[in-house]
Amino acid sequence: MSTTSPSSRLGALLMAPVNALMRIVDVPLRGLQKATGLGGMAAFFLAPNMLIFGIFVLLPLVINFVYSMTGGTAFFLSERSFVGADQYARLFTCADYLDPMSCQEDAFWTAVGNTFWFVVLQVTLMILTALITALILNRDLAARSFWRAVFFFPVLLSPVVVGLIWKWILQRQGLLNFMLYQFGNEPYTWLTDRNWTFVATIGVSIWAHMGFYALILLAGLQAIPKDLYEAAEMDGTKPARVFWRITLPLLAPNLLVVVVLALIRAVQIFDEVYVLTGGGPGTSTLYLTQYIYETGFASALRNPGLAAAASILMGAVLVVLTLFQLGIGRRQENKGKR
Amino acid sequence: MGVASRFILRRRGGKGWHWTDIVTWIWLIGGLIIMFGPAVWLAFSSFKTPAALAEFPPSILPYVTSQATVEGYDKPLQLFDTKMPDGSTRVLAEVRRIGVMSQMVDPKAPGEIIRVNMNDRTPVRTVSFATENYTEPFVHFDFLRYLWNSVFVTVVATLITLVVNSMAAFALSKYEFKGRSLAMLVILATLMVPLSVIMVPLYSIISSLGLFNSLWGVILPTVATPTGVFILRQYMLTIPDELIDAARMDKASEWQIYWRIVLPLTAPALAVLAIFSVVWRWNDFLWPLIVLSRRELYTLQVGLSIYSGELNVQWHFILAMTVVTMVPVVLVFIFLQRFITTGIAGTGLK
Amino acid sequence: MGEIKLTDVNKSFGSVHVLKDIDLHIQDGEFVVFVGPSGCGKSTLLRTIAGLEKITGGEIRIDGKRVNEVSAADRGLAMVFQSYALYPHMSVRQNLAFGLENSNMPKTEIAERIAEAARMLEIDQYLERRPGQLSGGQRQRVAIGRAIVRRPTAFLLDEPLSNLDAELRVSTRAELAALHARIGSTMIYVTHDQVEAMTLAHRIVVMRAGRIEQVGTPLELYNTPANRFVAGFIGAPHMNFLKGEVSEAETGAVTLSIGGGHKLLVPLSGHKLSVGDKLTVGIRPQHITLAGDPGSLAVKVRLVEALGSETVIHADLHGEKLLAVVQGQKQISPGDEVHFSIAGAPLHLFDGNGLRVKAA
Repeated sequence: MSTTSPSSRLGALLMAPVNALMRIVDVPLRGLQKATGLGGMAAFFLAPNMLIFGIFVLLPLVINFVYSMTGGTAFFLSERSFVGADQYARLFTCADYLDPMSCQEDAFWTAVGNTFWFVVLQVTLMILTALITALILNRDLAARSFWRAVFFFPVLLSPVVVGLIWKWILQRQGLLNFMLYQFGNEPYTWLTDRNWTFVATIGVSIWAHMGFYALILLAGLQAIPKDLYEAAEMDGTKPARVFWRITLPLLAPNLLVVVVLALIRAVQIFDEVYVLTGGGPGTSTLYLTQYIYETGFASALRNPGLAAAASILMGAVLVVLTLFQLGIGRRQENKGKR
Repeated sequence: MGVASRFILRRRGGKGWHWTDIVTWIWLIGGLIIMFGPAVWLAFSSFKTPAALAEFPPSILPYVTSQATVEGYDKPLQLFDTKMPDGSTRVLAEVRRIGVMSQMVDPKAPGEIIRVNMNDRTPVRTVSFATENYTEPFVHFDFLRYLWNSVFVTVVATLITLVVNSMAAFALSKYEFKGRSLAMLVILATLMVPLSVIMVPLYSIISSLGLFNSLWGVILPTVATPTGVFILRQYMLTIPDELIDAARMDKASEWQIYWRIVLPLTAPALAVLAIFSVVWRWNDFLWPLIVLSRRELYTLQVGLSIYSGELNVQWHFILAMTVVTMVPVVLVFIFLQRFITTGIAGTGLK
Repeated sequence: MGEIKLTDVNKSFGSVHVLKDIDLHIQDGEFVVFVGPSGCGKSTLLRTIAGLEKITGGEIRIDGKRVNEVSAADRGLAMVFQSYALYPHMSVRQNLAFGLENSNMPKTEIAERIAEAARMLEIDQYLERRPGQLSGGQRQRVAIGRAIVRRPTAFLLDEPLSNLDAELRVSTRAELAALHARIGSTMIYVTHDQVEAMTLAHRIVVMRAGRIEQVGTPLELYNTPANRFVAGFIGAPHMNFLKGEVSEAETGAVTLSIGGGHKLLVPLSGHKLSVGDKLTVGIRPQHITLAGDPGSLAVKVRLVEALGSETVIHADLHGEKLLAVVQGQKQISPGDEVHFSIAGAPLHLFDGNGLRVKAA
């Protein structure tokens, strides 16, 4: 009766039990639809997601505030005592407000300082390299998708793998020392040097994430109409001027989105750093998320309330950045409509 | 060759090398080395024996020094290319070393002891892949267990993600109801709620639900991802409402409309979400690290990081298992690269 | 049977009132066309009949049974959509079968019905193809086929020809008329194209801004439009409208003075007009002829469209636009002064509210 390919027959065979199940499911659902109408069905479709979302995202978001106002080492709220704003006060108790080491929670302020410099340097350098990469990939290259893949490759690697790859390269007998050795340098233990580990975390995170941002910027570049460049060429515009007056202004919305996205993610840096340096040596690469993690779970002086308070402060920063991002999106949407 | 190289090395304007052409090629070749080099280096290293790994300077290929069992000696002896006083070179086995002098025997004629200055001999090395780096962790450690845990978490979480989020996206794109814009607002607002902000209360919720030290405790918090709802909804909005109306006129129930009309037509977006979900869940680290404290429950990422953090790091195993962890993602990347890159460019997803 | 009765139907989207007090009685087997400018509510009216939109007031009865609360699936109607709304991931056969499977029809009967519809619409060869592999005309047939296999009490067609090119539209129009003659079911057809309405309909329902302006056969609407809107909407090119004032009112006739001091004598029995009443006079362009004598309307030619068989003349009568369609080819150029004659032309009079001035 019908002509079907072997692959579609196989697909049909695999889907047969699923389809049968769906037909069975349909019977009670038709009843539900009769009883509750389209509104009821909408609720039915929404329910599983909202339930899981409510329990595992919304509820934690709300009770985080409660946590930040309780003390003790217990995890169950019922076993925790109310301490008001003490946890926040503890975070902000400093002998000298210009010196983080004089604060009661000096680790927190160290993490804040580290994170700040990390974010500033990492985002600046990463967006710059991503922009250059995107501009280069946007040229008339042979095998562009191959080159795009080259720069994108590390993006999908797990942070743990990224951390291990670089730990292996930066260690004493690693590839970096080997290459320096070729030029007559003695092997150096990069991962025990406070300054170099900080640089390494920035470099490694740029290596791992730059391709993602380059890809978005490349999409933005390719969305710029070709005829604008042709018009500029007809006018005899110099290439540098074309870049500053056409490419950059038209890319600006994408660039802004990418910067905010990169900021949001940089603030939360944890996984690859944890594997690469474990926050060390000392506290030289201790970033905020690790501080929260260790305060909440790992350290001997566990203090979930303090961790919650710190996470709310971090959340506040992220909310500001997210609102900023949504604001940009809204503005672009409106522009598109007009 | 001429045509191919002209095509590959296509330049601006075609005449002469503009400085931007030079920058482009430096950037591309440099990128190729920096982006691929480290992973390739790790993969090569993973086939080295512990002895070869400890060497400095390291070699690129995995070498082992050759050994031979010589008659009259219990242990296998190491082989050396030895420069003889008469200028010829012979392959000899070293019996023992005293100071700078080495006592060697010819494996074929083990009777005679030959004394050689140790600077006159170099070890005989052959390329050999230490595959036991890969096989042993599966036998002696729990890596097979970790692998299974990771596969379970990835597959189950992805399936639930697809079903739950596509249902919600269907409701939010094809029904008019009170609170729809509120639901969308909540989803938008929480698009960026990172785990690091809610890990303390989330941990307590997981514990009170009895999901601590359970793979379900790893899976459930990740499946109702606002990002997933968002991209599926955006895609479903492009499905014409007339199609839904037509199905309603065709006596289809709402569930059938979801299952037989909307889901098949959302396949491209579902595929993108599925790929991302697989990569996300496979790569997840911090949350499994918090929820799983028993070794037999570790996922690959947690197991790897715990082993690599131990005092007595067995790098040869770690490297091999890193490669194993990397392989699925690399495969996904190779086969679905185009899909992923266009997906990202279209949705800004990661 | 397919009798549909709407009583006092109202529909609002929030504060927007899109259907206002619709009363309509559609007989079984009738071909009714809803026509009107875009946004007039004709598609919404069709969708409320289908059950895809809930009405906010009034009553809909199908074959005497009140269906306000009956879902679209259970009203026994079939619909052909403007975009055809074929399921892109199913073959033509699956598209046709989907609705029948949903009502748990035996497989053999489904196959029979599909074969019959496919024969009737000449789509047998395409049954295993996907909609994406079909041309616009073929998709259109499949969309109609999907309705036919259901054997509905009435067909609802929402601008089904608007996505076809002009030539195909004309031939498909004829086929649709033939199909209706053959099946004999009630058909309700929505279009914004008055030519489609005129050629297809038994009765036309002209709508504007959520209200029914007039219901009638095509020729009733053409010959006695109930108001200025219907007069302007039906007929192409549009009817000319000139401002006029009653200068003499006698029993059985009125004399109007229009621009430039021209006088028109309009026979009208039993009117209630009096001298000084302001009216609008409607003249169809086809009813204007060229005249040689200077006693008729002297107009200035703005534009001439020579179509071969006829000539369309855009002219100016003391600041008012006047359009004439005259038979044959004429040697006239823009800027010329010519004379139009409207002697013997049916004239339509509309009062200040745009309503037709009726003869008693």
